Amino acid sequence: MRVKIGEGSCGIAAGAGKVHAALQAAMTSEDTFTLGIVGCIGMCYLEPIVDIYADDDTLKARLVHVTPEDAPAIAQAVRTGNLEGVQDLCIQSDDQEFLTKQTRIALRHCGLIDPTSLEAYQQAGGYRALRHVLGKMTPEQVIEEVKTSGLAGRGGAGFPTWFKWNAARNNPGENKYLVCNADEGDPGAFMDRALLESDPHSVLEGMLIGAYAIGATHMLVYVRAEYPLAIKHLQIAIEQAREANLLGENILGSGFSCDMTIKQGAGAFVCGEETALIASMEGERGMPRVKPPFPAENGYLASPSNINNVETYGNVTWIINHGGEAYAAMGTETSKGTKVFALTGKIRRGGLVEIPMGATLGDVIFGIGGGLKNDGQLKAVQMGGPSGGCVPASLMDTVIDYKALSATGAIMGSGGMVVMDQSTCMVGMAKFFLDFTASESCGKCVPCRLGTQRMQEILTRIVEGEGQEGDIELLEELCAMVGSASLCGLGQTAPNPVLTTIRYFREEYEEHIRNKKCPAHECPALRTYSIDPEKCTGCTLCSRKCAVGAISGEKKQPHVIDAAACIRCNQCAEACRFGAVVVE
Amino acid sequence: MDDETTFGWKSDLSLLDQAVSEYGGNPNNLITLLQAAQDIYGYLPKDVLYYLADQVGVSPADAMGVATFYSQFRLQPIGKYLIMSCQGTACHVNGSQVISRTIQEHLGIESGQTTEDGLFTLEDVACLGCCSLAPVITINGEAHGNLTPSAVIRILDDIRAAEAAAPAVTTEGGAPCA
Repeated sequence: MRVKIGEGSCGIAAGAGKVHAALQAAMTSEDTFTLGIVGCIGMCYLEPIVDIYADDDTLKARLVHVTPEDAPAIAQAVRTGNLEGVQDLCIQSDDQEFLTKQTRIALRHCGLIDPTSLEAYQQAGGYRALRHVLGKMTPEQVIEEVKTSGLAGRGGAGFPTWFKWNAARNNPGENKYLVCNADEGDPGAFMDRALLESDPHSVLEGMLIGAYAIGATHMLVYVRAEYPLAIKHLQIAIEQAREANLLGENILGSGFSCDMTIKQGAGAFVCGEETALIASMEGERGMPRVKPPFPAENGYLASPSNINNVETYGNVTWIINHGGEAYAAMGTETSKGTKVFALTGKIRRGGLVEIPMGATLGDVIFGIGGGLKNDGQLKAVQMGGPSGGCVPASLMDTVIDYKALSATGAIMGSGGMVVMDQSTCMVGMAKFFLDFTASESCGKCVPCRLGTQRMQEILTRIVEGEGQEGDIELLEELCAMVGSASLCGLGQTAPNPVLTTIRYFREEYEEHIRNKKCPAHECPALRTYSIDPEKCTGCTLCSRKCAVGAISGEKKQPHVIDAAACIRCNQCAEACRFGAVVVE
Repeated sequence: MDDETTFGWKSDLSLLDQAVSEYGGNPNNLITLLQAAQDIYGYLPKDVLYYLADQVGVSPADAMGVATFYSQFRLQPIGKYLIMSCQGTACHVNGSQVISRTIQEHLGIESGQTTEDGLFTLEDVACLGCCSLAPVITINGEAHGNLTPSAVIRILDDIRAAEAAAPAVTTEGGAPCA
């Protein structure tokens, strides 16, 4: 038997490392079963996860929410082959739906193989596509195959991958560079991190195929410094590939040579933009520049360069192995293949979801995600992060397709999907993203630098109860100006969170401005607190918690909140065990 | 550079020898070198910044421009425990503001500041990528998820108590994950 522990960042954060150590300690010298690691299976909400495999690699049991205290029972169960002792830990059947309803291409190995083992990747069919490409295909044929597949940029913009490859191939240059953009800046998205952590060789192989297609002399991965485990696993993969002659000089005797360097990003959202990313890789401030010239003509070190996202490369190997047509058979007229989403927020089953294009948002949120946490009611789903927008519950039959999603005012984006229930204020949400873009604006274009700040100020005064008539119209005017007069994607799309919330939740803005009320009861300045005398038992807990002494009352008698003294810190509502604190 | 007296070299620059020999002489490597320096010193001392600018062949102003552009770089020393409070979307939806405010009130510092005893530094960061554990903070790299105000106070108090009891405790401290 083999025991495999999911040790992606999510798993480790949930305690997988401690579970591993405890299992190790629970093993005796006579035990014959092995203990290994796998990457992230994507069921983040069930971490830490321990899988028990039979010797023929069939999954015998998937144990969830495992704690170090469970280790002796697990070791005993594996030792004896009798899994009854760990039945309580086994995954529930409805949770299995989370995986069975998915179609995994980019994530095909995630959570199944050891990401630090080249052998494991090769056993799963790895590097077969590269051998085929180097031995039997011309670069033009590779580009043609990718064209047939309809693969488009998974970083968000959805530009056809083959077109970029072809342009980089056709532009003359002594050196050419192939770059992987792993600067996953959307706060709420972690697909790229999971893929790099869990299956780094797949990204590396996809990049090598791309490098061969465009004639690249060197490859670079620009990865967020906040992803230490992804960097570590990628480094291991690079060293293993070099040793196996899958990287470096004369790869597999084909005459094709290409090596790879990791560049760590230093924390700037704007560096997701191609030209800013190049500036950053060159050691400069990450400021975008005018296009053209496009990176395909004049990119890294003034050479032809091709930049794709991690997930895009993650699909390439599958496309070569199965053919472009098989990939294009999935999806819609305008969007082919699958897309990975990071499903988070107020969702019951949060994690990584890969589904064919053409599925609906409702399929993801209700079918796979199991609906909302705590039986909440869906209000909206935020897609595309600071560049995207909020799609309301009424539009859950929207299909996942670049065009259909753009029509809602949101974007496909890199794949962040944050689910919100009635407790999230949509004005607050718009302000949250404007706080982000205003601080992340590189400052080059005045409309973006100052426009986002003015929008942030207006949104701040609205959530603080000081909004004025005409503020909504002023926001709309600023949105039009910032969107049309900024150079790069950051500024051009910064208005989206504001525009979509105004479009679908205008009455919520009006409620803040005219009646000084936050319908979601989220904005602290607009909340009022009182105590329901029917429910209050007079336990005094709230008055002891209150930092400003605004709550008074005799023991075992209903308490009262002095609204004038209350600072709306919410401590009383969090402390009350009887639901007696009424927040309005 | 010969202005040793002007800038008052204080940092032990020899700690950078290995990084400089590997990456020096090429302006493209400025960010990589600054990252190496921050790993060594915990922040970017001014003399280190000047030294590295010189080593890669850019002006100190350019190096400062880069150091201030990226949120990763710090120009001030940090406390023994670096708290990174995630401000990502999933954390926001799950109440990260309340967690941030609780930490700020409990420690008496704003984001970006260090407590007077030098124990804690608080930083707001964009997504840490552990969205399913939202709201999340990391303390010296160790993640603490599904936080509530009382849970975060307990974590901070546990560290304080451990420090008071045994000042020699390593910087890897912190309570187990929720």
